Amino acid sequence: MSRLKILALLPLAAALSGCDYVVLAPAGDIAAQQRDLVIISTVLMLLIVVPVMALTVLFAWRYRQSNTDARYEPDWDHSTKLELVIWSAPLLIIVCLGALTWMGTHLLDPYRTLGRIHADRAVDQSKAPLEVDVVALDWKWLFIYPDYGIATVNELAAPVDRPIKFRITASSVMNSFYIPALAGQIYAMPGMETKLHAVVNHAGTYKGFSANYSGAGFSGMHFNFQGLDDKGFDAWIANAKSAGGSLGRAEYLQLEKPSQNEPVRRWGTVDADLYRLILNMCVETGKMCQSEMMAIDAKGGAGHQGLNNTLPLAYDKYARRGTAFGPEPSFVAGTCTPDAPQGKTTAAITAPTDTAPLIGAGLKRPSFTPLKSSSFFLGQRPKSDS
Amino acid sequence: MSPDFLKLIFGRLGFESLPLHEPIVVGTFAVVALGGAALLGGLTYFRLWGYLWREWFTTVDHKRIGIMYMILGIVMLLRGFADALMMRGQQMLAFGGSEGYLNAHHYDQVFTAHGVIMIFFVAMPLVTGLMNYVVPLQIGARDVSFPFLNNFSFWMTVGGAVLVMASLFIGEFARTGWLAYPPLSNIGYSPDVGVDYYIWALQVAGVGTTLSGINLICTIVKLRCPGMTMMKMPVFTWTSLCTNVLIVASFPVLTVVLALLSLDRYVGTNFFTNDFGGSPMMYVNLIWIWGHPEVYILVLPAFGIFSEVTSTFSGKRLFGYTSMVYATVVITILSYLVWLHHFFTMGSGASVNSFFGITTMIISIPTGAKMFNWLFTMYRGRIRYELPMMWTIAFMLTFVIGGMTGVLLAVPPADFVLHNSLFLIAHFHNVIIGGVVFGAFAGITYWFPKAFGFKLDPFWGKLSFWFWVTGFYLAFMPLYVLGLMGVTRRLRVFDDPSLQIWFVIAAIGAFLVLLGIMCMLMQFAVSFLRREQLKDVTGDPWDARTLEWATSSPPPDYNFAFTPVVHDNDAWWDMKRRGYQRPLTGFRPIHMPSSTGTGIILAGLATAMGFGLIWYIWWLAAVSFIAMLVVGIGHTFNYHRDFDIPAEDVIRTEDARTKLLAGAK
Repeated sequence: MSRLKILALLPLAAALSGCDYVVLAPAGDIAAQQRDLVIISTVLMLLIVVPVMALTVLFAWRYRQSNTDARYEPDWDHSTKLELVIWSAPLLIIVCLGALTWMGTHLLDPYRTLGRIHADRAVDQSKAPLEVDVVALDWKWLFIYPDYGIATVNELAAPVDRPIKFRITASSVMNSFYIPALAGQIYAMPGMETKLHAVVNHAGTYKGFSANYSGAGFSGMHFNFQGLDDKGFDAWIANAKSAGGSLGRAEYLQLEKPSQNEPVRRWGTVDADLYRLILNMCVETGKMCQSEMMAIDAKGGAGHQGLNNTLPLAYDKYARRGTAFGPEPSFVAGTCTPDAPQGKTTAAITAPTDTAPLIGAGLKRPSFTPLKSSSFFLGQRPKSDS
Repeated sequence: MSPDFLKLIFGRLGFESLPLHEPIVVGTFAVVALGGAALLGGLTYFRLWGYLWREWFTTVDHKRIGIMYMILGIVMLLRGFADALMMRGQQMLAFGGSEGYLNAHHYDQVFTAHGVIMIFFVAMPLVTGLMNYVVPLQIGARDVSFPFLNNFSFWMTVGGAVLVMASLFIGEFARTGWLAYPPLSNIGYSPDVGVDYYIWALQVAGVGTTLSGINLICTIVKLRCPGMTMMKMPVFTWTSLCTNVLIVASFPVLTVVLALLSLDRYVGTNFFTNDFGGSPMMYVNLIWIWGHPEVYILVLPAFGIFSEVTSTFSGKRLFGYTSMVYATVVITILSYLVWLHHFFTMGSGASVNSFFGITTMIISIPTGAKMFNWLFTMYRGRIRYELPMMWTIAFMLTFVIGGMTGVLLAVPPADFVLHNSLFLIAHFHNVIIGGVVFGAFAGITYWFPKAFGFKLDPFWGKLSFWFWVTGFYLAFMPLYVLGLMGVTRRLRVFDDPSLQIWFVIAAIGAFLVLLGIMCMLMQFAVSFLRREQLKDVTGDPWDARTLEWATSSPPPDYNFAFTPVVHDNDAWWDMKRRGYQRPLTGFRPIHMPSSTGTGIILAGLATAMGFGLIWYIWWLAAVSFIAMLVVGIGHTFNYHRDFDIPAEDVIRTEDARTKLLAGAK
């Protein structure tokens, strides 16, 4: 392995002379191992690609029509030995690469907790990993530090050499959470949670961004990731704490409205339940959380009655969802909770009700307004109010 | 007039749907309108409408339909490439606080349209056109199995293309990326017409593609001439067979997944929504179950073309015909087992990811075997560097790089750092341009003399070749580099100024490709003007090996006066070697299918229906749909489906050829 490492460093040295090849020279152990795999696989494949390219040029030159010295055998079209070679040579490479892939994929599974923080240092089991909950919003990143009770937008920090455990979700559409210097990316999807374990080994400021196109503000959806020493990290936390402010459900609903090129924001306190609510898509009061729905379904479901447990959708992030022929937009009403004793809350939803769609900087709004109920065609239908 | 009444008539179409606020689009519209008016005026002035309608639009001749597919592909290439230039321009300029010249609303449409057009309306028509033209000739058939269906398939593809083009000037195109992943593409986040244009363009064209796949499979299985067993079929026919099997097995998946998305968008179902138990991940899986075989649908025929070209221009039998065929079949099957490698980053477990990673790598084994087979076909050959062979060498050198980066991306942990980056963009352009586009160009230059009776001008062809090849490398090698710097795809603006130089180089590359395309158009024009000097009367200008070269150039309507009998997989080479004499007497009437306008009418109605559904003009959709049923049923009462070419006509055609051949000697 160590020899391969040296081999791996060769192209690096050449490549690093100019620009910031962050994928080839990352600052975190996971990304470094991924980099090693990139390089080892490339070298393995070059074993066959280089000879093929060389032979192509050689044969193309040697057997040109004007070279009448070269042998010409118009009927030679088979050789069992050669056939064996041309099938088994790529096969051997793929066997090696396949073994490497199997091991690498399992060892670098983003869901796997870290066993080491650097090539020569095991994880210090006495230190708990730093937990960060990541939410991809349109079009900014929300980071919640549950252990510290703070939250930030578009700024992430972690102490050097302490394992980080990310729990990742999204509010509306799919994004991909990627800090090239730290570790490979993983999708951020609404109503679902992905995980990523990583560690940063060198202090510094690195770029993070969404690596999956998510709409008009996608280009501005980036943030700085800071690797800090322990002292610096404590100071960073204290700074966030001192920012004051509190991120609760109402503030979150305000925050998740689409916006572009957001500056860094910090909250000193954060609703401890907020991430769970976001993940279960029930930040709005009165909406049934997915976890509850799944629990009901796991017990056999609510039967046909469940169909009626919906309320008309009053609030939406972009435009009111409304299809030409479908039922009125609705959501599944929550079951009884302390907040909403009868399942349906009567409390006013403090969420924004400006439903005008936002489509991009400096653009006029699209002329489309969803057809209310296509009444001119189907006739008035009763609202699906239960 | 009441708004409700207007809505009933025009749906959501109104004056504000016209992109009058986008100067670039208005300018394009002016140019297109002027060009279109000139074209239509010219056609009217020279009284060509009747000729076009009788001889081309309603034809069921596979050769003419093949040529029309190629024209469609080349025209759409101009549109798709214009999009590429706009992207390169935007990414080159949008640095240091500059927003570039495209806003997000426009830019996001441009990259979506570029992907959709290049795959569905450039690569597919080019590949289908070549298969349509060549396969029946290669197997010694008079036409495809279902000639009317062939005409209908072509016009449905055109219908899809028309809808995509309409979106440029009426409304907008999708702003979702070329595969329109939900939830972004669902009604909640894309309430406008863009995604509906996407859906209906692909659905209309998809009908054409699927039917054309069925048609060609049936043709290859049932219409081969006597003696041509499966293992004596030319390799291009083999790859066409496998491609069409892939089409028939995978396009229905696309149709269904888009139908589910349209249900979500039109009637409020929840297949791919966030709420109500919908699963966007299901869409991603389904679309790639179509999407990955699609890659092989495009590249397999290109592999076939390279096989024909290499063996013809090396003057040598194809090395390892049997292993070539098995490699093709293995690729066909494996292409269904790899789709998940497009989204390793979705968080499937390590075992799932490694399974799909390893199946992906396994595909490189038969592909590698093919590469070696071409190499050893060149070995001990006498290689003539005509244009088709030049494209083939460029392919061999380029494609191995793309293949290597592809296998690299199949290693899941490597994919985690390179997924969705410009490295990925470089990779698939590397295989699609280096494989499919170079293959189509090799095919065009190779079979052009067969289709038109004169060769393409080599000077402009070589110029185009060198512009394309250098342009390609300049345009995409910087993207590999940028990918290693962690730059992701579909970004509109950048803030790191050190990246700009790479985008400038890529833009220069794209400009060289533009010169390549212009030289290619010039090549067609110059070749047409010099057609007398470039003329080939033998029907076999390359001293080639397969049956299509046994007949005249261009072939007569009936392809072969007598159905050939085959003894070898290089049938024509074998016939030439055995001193084959063209029969000069004994001609009989030939039974042929008749032209019909039903295909173009049905496709026109389908396009109108799509337009109605896109704009919520329900009456238009309903009327067009009913009209389609009426026309379709009406066509079953059309009893003028076939005719016989009288023996005298055959004799006249064949005698003319005899004279030409005598003159050539």
